[in-house]
Amino acid sequence: MSSWWRSVDPAPKDPILGVTEAFLADSSPNKVNVGVGAYRDDNGKPVVLECVREAERRIAGNLNMEYLPMGGSVKMVEETLKLSYGEKSEFIRDKRIAAVQSLSGTGACRLFADFQKRFHPDSQIHIPVPTWANHHNIWRDAQVPQRTFHYYHPESRGLDFAGLMDDIKNAPNGSFFLLHACAHNPTGVDPSEEQWREISHQFKAKGHFPFFDMAYQGFASGDPERDAKSIRIFLEDGHLVGIAQSYAKNMGLYGQRVGCLSVLCEDEKQAMAVKSQLQLLARPMYSNPPVHGALIVSTILSDPGLKKLWLKEVKVMADRIIGMRTALRENLEKMGSPLSWEHITNQIGMFCYSGLAPEQVDRLTSEFHIYLTRNGRISMAGVTTGNIGYLANAIHEVTKSA
Amino acid sequence: MDSLHPNDAILASPTSGLHADSVFAHLHRAPEDPILGVTVAYNKDPSPVKVNVGVGSYRTDEGKPLVLNVVRQAEQKLVNDRSRVKEYLPIVGLAEFNKLSAKLLLGADSPAIRENRVTTVQCLSGTGSLRVGGEFLARHYHQPTIYIPQPTWGYHPKVLAGAGLSVKTYRYYDPATRGLNFQGLLEDLGSAPSGAIVLLHACAHNPTGVDPTIQQWDQIRQLMRSKELLPFFDNAYQGFASGDLDADAESVRMFAANGGECLVAQSYAKNMGLYGERVGALSIVCKTADVASRVESQLKLVIRPMYSVPPIHGASIAATILKDRDMYNEWTIELKAMADRIISMRQQLFDALRARGTPGDWSHVIKQIGMFTFTGLNSEQVAFMTREYHIYMTSDGRISMASLTSKAVPHLADAIHAAVTMLSESVTSRVSS
Repeated sequence: MSSWWRSVDPAPKDPILGVTEAFLADSSPNKVNVGVGAYRDDNGKPVVLECVREAERRIAGNLNMEYLPMGGSVKMVEETLKLSYGEKSEFIRDKRIAAVQSLSGTGACRLFADFQKRFHPDSQIHIPVPTWANHHNIWRDAQVPQRTFHYYHPESRGLDFAGLMDDIKNAPNGSFFLLHACAHNPTGVDPSEEQWREISHQFKAKGHFPFFDMAYQGFASGDPERDAKSIRIFLEDGHLVGIAQSYAKNMGLYGQRVGCLSVLCEDEKQAMAVKSQLQLLARPMYSNPPVHGALIVSTILSDPGLKKLWLKEVKVMADRIIGMRTALRENLEKMGSPLSWEHITNQIGMFCYSGLAPEQVDRLTSEFHIYLTRNGRISMAGVTTGNIGYLANAIHEVTKSA
Repeated sequence: MDSLHPNDAILASPTSGLHADSVFAHLHRAPEDPILGVTVAYNKDPSPVKVNVGVGSYRTDEGKPLVLNVVRQAEQKLVNDRSRVKEYLPIVGLAEFNKLSAKLLLGADSPAIRENRVTTVQCLSGTGSLRVGGEFLARHYHQPTIYIPQPTWGYHPKVLAGAGLSVKTYRYYDPATRGLNFQGLLEDLGSAPSGAIVLLHACAHNPTGVDPTIQQWDQIRQLMRSKELLPFFDNAYQGFASGDLDADAESVRMFAANGGECLVAQSYAKNMGLYGERVGALSIVCKTADVASRVESQLKLVIRPMYSVPPIHGASIAATILKDRDMYNEWTIELKAMADRIISMRQQLFDALRARGTPGDWSHVIKQIGMFTFTGLNSEQVAFMTREYHIYMTSDGRISMASLTSKAVPHLADAIHAAVTMLSESVTSRVSS
């Protein structure tokens, strides 16, 4: 009897996580990993924040591991909504937000996509070009058809604002849009405050639904309040938003899978209905979310001392990245590169959309053992004072005759 | 922009602006989860004599949740190791955890493991393993229909349908004997279309506690082989049935032997007490190593758009225990202690019912295996017990023996006795042998 799985084809490697796999397999002493978006300190080492270590010390072995409610840790969700909607938000006070703990940002997006499919089965999702690759997989697996909208302007390595506004205007009224709240992944290109206001205004005119993926709050400018500006603008304008939040990067809790999905509703009754439906979607996927990471988050955010420490540590991470951007640009300019590298410091957050072509990326990998995704996205978090010279030189080598 | 929509009238907030209607205004409140909802109701009850025998979470005889000593030790070890980081696991999860889980399931000497024919991916406990396995089957298997036993865990249908499978049932429990309806089972599996998937509880069937004997398992295996039916095991109670991890895995090992292919959803929620950490694994035993590798690559495509990668903490605890000989041994001792306490609760409840002369044959309380007793009480009787005696259990008559305490036994026995004697005579004749 032969296998049931004869006809199963090998799946293509994940473009992002596959980069780290390849990096790990490389034995070169000069190898550099600027692929996956996980923060590294200036020694190229992963970081566990001190506030996280302290929180873990407090909770380890003390508490039981009982199931969380389906909606997750109430405490964690409460604190998380303060970050996105504002500490004194009237929406929190009026209990108008339906919110559940999710499996980091991915889980929040997937839960929303499934929710959208169930209650707006004929709707589509409008996704920026480019976006995090997994966004496409998420809405596809939720069986929500996708449209794209203009976002990145390759020539200027900035925002294609005119194209973006056109697409918003031309989409049918009441369309669902995916927006990156700050530190757009992979381009690092964010609308300005003024541009966000115009986008929000146009959304109002068209009655569109704004779904924000906020994976980098705190990481963009170093100030979580500032990084939530886009969302706050939309809230001021009266939009009933949806938000996916993640603690993977800004608390360094990557592997713990801690996040939150929230949907702003008209009133408390509706929020309760929506929350109950979100739980109904989560239950057949994993029953209830993991407790450990949520406990770390709520321990930190509900303790003024630990919260202060966290804010300090987030700023340190963001500042280091901003410093590396400045240094990389200066290095390239000093080498006499014929190209403009302004975009390195114009862009914000973990990633730099270098503008390198796939063939140039391949050369960086094969000749210099530098690992990044083929779209030319460089994770600035992987750049250190130790490797920046080598990196700048390699980029210069593959682009000087461009 | 003015809107003359009647809903505008109820919106007082000045910032609600133009969006008079939420796009989700048409939603209804979802019904309470039937199993987890029991605990919600229990928590709301102010009665000092209330008893929660609803959800299958183990309690000590003091009614407290239990964190195993060996789990606490493992956690301390992890916290004290400053070199540990919280980076993303690979999509398939913690490699060490996966290997050790497959060994625990199939045995250290398993040919399938030796021959690299098993792919194991870390998932979110049993639920997550079932969901990921189900989605994989819905995408790649030629006969995406799954047969589930009647009755089964309340959430099996939703999880498997949610994964995209078509769900049918096969006879399993016989209310008349309170045992296995073996004939019905063989008939129903015998008439299933060739290639259909069959969900099997590896041990300690939830909710009935009725397991096939080893001989019956062999007959089931042979029938399924002849009809090319694909086994999908739910292994949530390994170690909890008999107290012995290897004995409880006999059914799975029998099916995996001789080159058989199968899927297994494994959970550490109960046997390691890791409930909320969501620790589990999906193993797919394949014919060849090449097939196993291709299958693994496709499993990753199911997982990535669901939650990217699984959570690190619980799996690290489990791996720490499984790979350390002393910790493993200590685990087996603590596990046996839990299983033994459950068995003693069964005996106490049985004795208490006998002492009260409660009508009917209650020997099933001590014959059934695992965490639960399928009492045979109907939903009317259950509602009565909740109302009058503040007993919280699922409406199918299932009682979690794992959460019962010696102190609560007399009250529970009183409640059962009252329910049986006060509610319809037809009930009495149903429960007597």
